Amino acid sequence: MRSGFQGDVMAAETQRPSKRPSQPQTDWARGLRRVGAAVFGLLLAGGLAVGPALAADTGLKGALTDPATQSGVAGVVITVTGEGGVNESATTGADGTWKVTVPGAGKYDVTLDVATLPAGVGLAEPDKFTRTVNILSDGKVQTVLFKLGGGTGGSGGSEPADTKASKWSQIPQLTIDGLIFGIVIALASVGLSLVFGTTKLTNFAHGELIALGGLLTYFFNAVVGVPLILAAALAVLASAFLGGWFQNRVLWKPLRRRGTGLIAALVVSIGLGLFLRYFFLFIFGGQTRNFEEFAGQAGIEIGPILITPKDLVSSTVGIILIGLTTFWLLKTKAGKATRAVADNPALASASGIDVEKVISTVWILGAGLAGFSGIMLGLQVGVSWQMGFTILLLVFAGSVLGGLGTAFGAILGSLIVGLLVQLSTLIIPTELKYVGALVILIIILLIRPQGILGKRERIG
Amino acid sequence: MDWMSILQNSFTQMVGVAAVIYCLAALGVNIQFGYAGLLNFGQAGFAAIGAYAVAVLVVTAGWSLWLAILFGIFGAVIFGLILGVPTLRLRADYLAIVTIAAAEIIRQIVRSVSLNDYFGGSDGITGKYAAAWYDLNPLPSGIDIAILRFSKNDLWVVLNGWTLVAIIALLTWLLVRSPWGRVLKSIREDEDAVRSLGKNVYLYKMQALILGGVIGSLAGVVFAMASQSVQPDNYSTTLTFYVYVIVILGGAARVFGPIVGAMIFWFLLVFIGEFLNNAVRAGYISSDILGTDQIGQIRFMLVGLGLMLLMIFRPQGIFGDKKELALDER
Repeated sequence: MRSGFQGDVMAAETQRPSKRPSQPQTDWARGLRRVGAAVFGLLLAGGLAVGPALAADTGLKGALTDPATQSGVAGVVITVTGEGGVNESATTGADGTWKVTVPGAGKYDVTLDVATLPAGVGLAEPDKFTRTVNILSDGKVQTVLFKLGGGTGGSGGSEPADTKASKWSQIPQLTIDGLIFGIVIALASVGLSLVFGTTKLTNFAHGELIALGGLLTYFFNAVVGVPLILAAALAVLASAFLGGWFQNRVLWKPLRRRGTGLIAALVVSIGLGLFLRYFFLFIFGGQTRNFEEFAGQAGIEIGPILITPKDLVSSTVGIILIGLTTFWLLKTKAGKATRAVADNPALASASGIDVEKVISTVWILGAGLAGFSGIMLGLQVGVSWQMGFTILLLVFAGSVLGGLGTAFGAILGSLIVGLLVQLSTLIIPTELKYVGALVILIIILLIRPQGILGKRERIG
Repeated sequence: MDWMSILQNSFTQMVGVAAVIYCLAALGVNIQFGYAGLLNFGQAGFAAIGAYAVAVLVVTAGWSLWLAILFGIFGAVIFGLILGVPTLRLRADYLAIVTIAAAEIIRQIVRSVSLNDYFGGSDGITGKYAAAWYDLNPLPSGIDIAILRFSKNDLWVVLNGWTLVAIIALLTWLLVRSPWGRVLKSIREDEDAVRSLGKNVYLYKMQALILGGVIGSLAGVVFAMASQSVQPDNYSTTLTFYVYVIVILGGAARVFGPIVGAMIFWFLLVFIGEFLNNAVRAGYISSDILGTDQIGQIRFMLVGLGLMLLMIFRPQGIFGDKKELALDER
């Protein structure tokens, strides 16, 4: 079971080298459920001891797939040598899979006999026909990947140059993906940043507002049976009301009245986030689901880029929403009042602005925008109970990068984070792309803690 | 309803391996959050460093267990420095964001497929790497009395673990009543006042962050040695959130707060889980409403709710002193 899980991840990673966050997300969901199950299981057993795994099953396995036909490559000989004089061979079956059993954990050399590859099939990287694999635990079957490409067995010719060129030609596509992901983050971070600006609350439960939007849309769409576009509109309104107005009215407004401190409020938001996340899991279940419509939409090609109509439409709506928010903040009286409160609540209050009303408006606006961000994310990678928590740290990164407390900074910072996440896959493995963005977050704080558009005194 | 087994499991876990591990992590957070007012939300990262140092260095590099433990502590010091340098001059919530991000970075890196050869990916590492320590076990057998049941190995872990807890609690007690501890507490109360007295606030905060982090890494070391395996998802942010519930439940800025907090927390958590599980199995709760696989979710929800309610209505916890908590400013 364990090795199967491992295999899934690796297979998915190699098939789709640059897709939006679906992979880490499902990983997380599965990982967390595993932890939940594990913790529960061990409590039943009455102890923490995890016994040694079954020693009989240690080994190496893999699958060879012809990229041209997507079918398994049979009859290829794979030899494993190493620790304790092991020298075992296996031949791939009709589906391209192979497996070698070894006596225990240790270092092994896995060699693919290039001569046994059928004509027209070669290694994607011809010089990498041997891998050194380190099996860390007894009882683990480790997956070893050999990536196949075109060309004849043995002589790959100019393959490396090709892969390099294709890497750079990915830039336009990754830029578009990054911008779309940036819009998702920006929609969420506007609310986070405005709430912080007006109330100084660092809201760790903001991710749950993103999930609320996605889950409500799924509810209206798949359970009630409303068309997706109407369901999305309903969900935005409902999350603005429930997640914004209601949350502020029932929880945060009374807490402000009690004079709850900033750190106490932060811890409360963590508790709320934990509660809501597992409440969503309780209601919705652990799987990732898609909306009823547009699930497997084909992309349309515009020049070097491929974009699905749903992404095109939803990100256009996202841009319009961000534009409207900007207009509202700059040109309307309520927007100006909001910026005044964010700047100096005491002064704003003294000049006749109803601060509580402004805060309530900010919560409604922020929750609605976060809800739409959840819908966009749901369209791209599916809806799950912790979709919001998965990107929460990136939302924080965007807000901090732009300057926590400023709406425009949040938008700018989020777009940069979105681009960084996607473009970083050119250099680092796709599975680590969020790590890159988080490292940037820490570096930004080192160099310019107030962010791009933030004011120096805000960071105290 | 098998009340005897429910109670036995609950009492066993009250002083069990999990309680020891979370108590150690909470002792560290208590120094940072309780005494110095630092919001370290990356305790899971410190624990992961300790745990992986032991597993990786013994299994892949063949180091001796004791050297690996020392290296884990050293790693925690470095990690604390990396986190502290950019953030300790900033407001408290920046430290919270950075530490939670850093812990997540560590977890994502150790579970990544590309580094499978070193950290074992999402499966982690399982092996007999703590054998050197289990070999020292002089106990003839485990125990199974009315309310407690431990295997021989678990009993060895628990006895050693609580001894370690006692030593650290004693050191904490000595430290916080020393001049160093008084400076730390006054930084929590009013940073500017301390600075105007000529103290290097930054340095004191850094020392508190590192000291708490080192204790957190010891929690990871014990976790790795007790289970003889490390898995990346055991070091997710949930661990840190649990630890905060424990610190606040017992009472922040109290030496015995984390110890009492960890015992009560694990007793309640196991008791609720076992109780619901038995109730569903015995048919008192219809399995349509609550499946046995959903009991874990209920417990997480209760932890979240508990954290909220504690923070709102009793931020000082059971033993804390409300005046000693500077939760309002900074």
